[in-house]
Amino acid sequence: MNAELAIDAVDLTRRFGAFTAVDGITFNVRAGEVFGFLGANGAGKTTAIRMLTGLLAPSSGGATVAGHDIARDAERVKRDIGYMSQRFSLYEDLTVRENITLYGGIYDLSSRDIRDRTKRMLERLGLEHAADQFVRAIPLGWRQKLAFSVALLHEPRVVFLDEPTSGVDPITRRQFWEMIYEAAAGGTTVLVTTHYMDEAEYCDRISIMVAGRIGAMGTPAELKTQFSAESIDDVFVRLARPVAS
Amino acid sequence: MNALLGLLRKEVYHILRDRRTLVVIVALPVLQVIIFGYAIRTDVDHVRLAIVDPAPDSVTLAIRARFGAARVFETVAVVPRVEQLETLFRRSTAQGAVVFEAGFADRLARGLPTGLLIIADATEPNTGSIVAAYANAVVQGYEQETMPPSTAVRIVPSVRMRFNPTRESSNLFVPGLMAFVLTIISSLMTAISLTREKETGTMEALLVSPLRPWQIILGKVAPYLVVGFASVAGVILEARLVFHVPLRGSLTLLLVEGLLFILVSLSLGILISARTSSQRVAMMGALVGTMLPTMLLSGFIFPIESMPWPLRAISVVVPARWFVLVARSIMLKGVGLSYLWRPSLVLLVMAVVLLTASTRAFHERLDG
Repeated sequence: MNAELAIDAVDLTRRFGAFTAVDGITFNVRAGEVFGFLGANGAGKTTAIRMLTGLLAPSSGGATVAGHDIARDAERVKRDIGYMSQRFSLYEDLTVRENITLYGGIYDLSSRDIRDRTKRMLERLGLEHAADQFVRAIPLGWRQKLAFSVALLHEPRVVFLDEPTSGVDPITRRQFWEMIYEAAAGGTTVLVTTHYMDEAEYCDRISIMVAGRIGAMGTPAELKTQFSAESIDDVFVRLARPVAS
Repeated sequence: MNALLGLLRKEVYHILRDRRTLVVIVALPVLQVIIFGYAIRTDVDHVRLAIVDPAPDSVTLAIRARFGAARVFETVAVVPRVEQLETLFRRSTAQGAVVFEAGFADRLARGLPTGLLIIADATEPNTGSIVAAYANAVVQGYEQETMPPSTAVRIVPSVRMRFNPTRESSNLFVPGLMAFVLTIISSLMTAISLTREKETGTMEALLVSPLRPWQIILGKVAPYLVVGFASVAGVILEARLVFHVPLRGSLTLLLVEGLLFILVSLSLGILISARTSSQRVAMMGALVGTMLPTMLLSGFIFPIESMPWPLRAISVVVPARWFVLVARSIMLKGVGLSYLWRPSLVLLVMAVVLLTASTRAFHERLDG
């Protein structure tokens, strides 16, 4: 498979009994791209991400992530990806520094690497003063940014963000997207799901899932032209409506 | 290895920072054993005894002295007339009474049957009959030691009950209780701590990481094993100091077996949490899955030998059944591993099976 492709899914399918959650999706994401993964609730986004991150085995079809086959090489996939879920992935009863150290250890970083990267990360986030505070004590917006930084701690080639900005104020969302661009500029591929359509416009390319299939895919501009819509919001509603009724 | 160490450290922080839970985990077993121990005990202690002695003489004084020496009784009053007992009983000043006939020593010396009345407060029938039995035993003890065995019984107590050595009940109950409280608390610890990670979402972060399922499970079990060990040590100490249960066998062996039993219970908790997704359900599962079988089928309260065979068959898979056997044998009989290798092996196999099953359950979770 193409080495330039960070994610290459071919006919990826997942069935739960009689229900097909993800129905033969084929798409690819280039290295360094910010790829928006859109869809209504229950459209199959989360199932697709769970397969790509090795949490769930595909029923048929397959994919490579960071060049590794997700079925045969799940362990190597896991080393090369980062993940941040819509739910909070840091331990609230550990301090900021302890959380970073924990995840650094889990990804087999050396103590020196952990120390250096912790220092840099805290500086970048402006969180030096809070390094030894419990995570539960710092504001939600900062926690999300911290969680994202921790997901990037081991310098993964692909990072999956599952609704990273839900429940965050607009200013923090903006800062969050700056961090995403920064990561992408550094060569990290970003696959992000979101419910905010304005965020979809920030992506290099997006795909919109409808009932387990990819209903549309392309750059935001392409999609707007294709559906002669004003905004991605319109595209989304037009795609989702026939299924909803 | 670095990853596992980090994971262990994190779990230790969780435990140490949740002080309230830690205190509960360590103190609860100790407290529960006290509460249950006293609730279940059929023994009586410090029974308030009144003595009616119309004409004190050498024999009545000697018998009175015996009552005074018995740990069960506390003489609260010595009065000359039976009528005076009424108030003492009404006010609950006395729970039992011993009434001597007048001219006690004299009648005995002349070989006449001599009456002695034992009265017990029967508001609590159980306690009452036990008090009577104890009092009777004190009198019999006096007779046996001071009179030649050939003499016909001449003191005639009017409560005729055989001495029932129920004082041993705590010896039987405490090892069972240890199993009971330890299994509940241990399975709860892992079940709750794992489902908490599922609820907060940190479990997903661990699952997408390169950590293997066995590492995640070891990272959970090992720290709680240490906490559980503290509970085991505390409960053993308590059995010894508070309930005076003898420890006739090896303390080391008992601690090791306790640790093994804790491991089985912790693994059970993990298996339960692998099948549930909320702390509440996990808590219910752990309670129901350990409390009822342990209470009913471990031989802790109801002897296994007297159960019908289907229940006996089920009891084989109840871990506590084996630990109760082991604990009782070590504490009361003082036997060693040469007699206990079989139940110990059963516990070991259970631990391995449960740990394998929970690791497997993690894999299954990955496959949805």
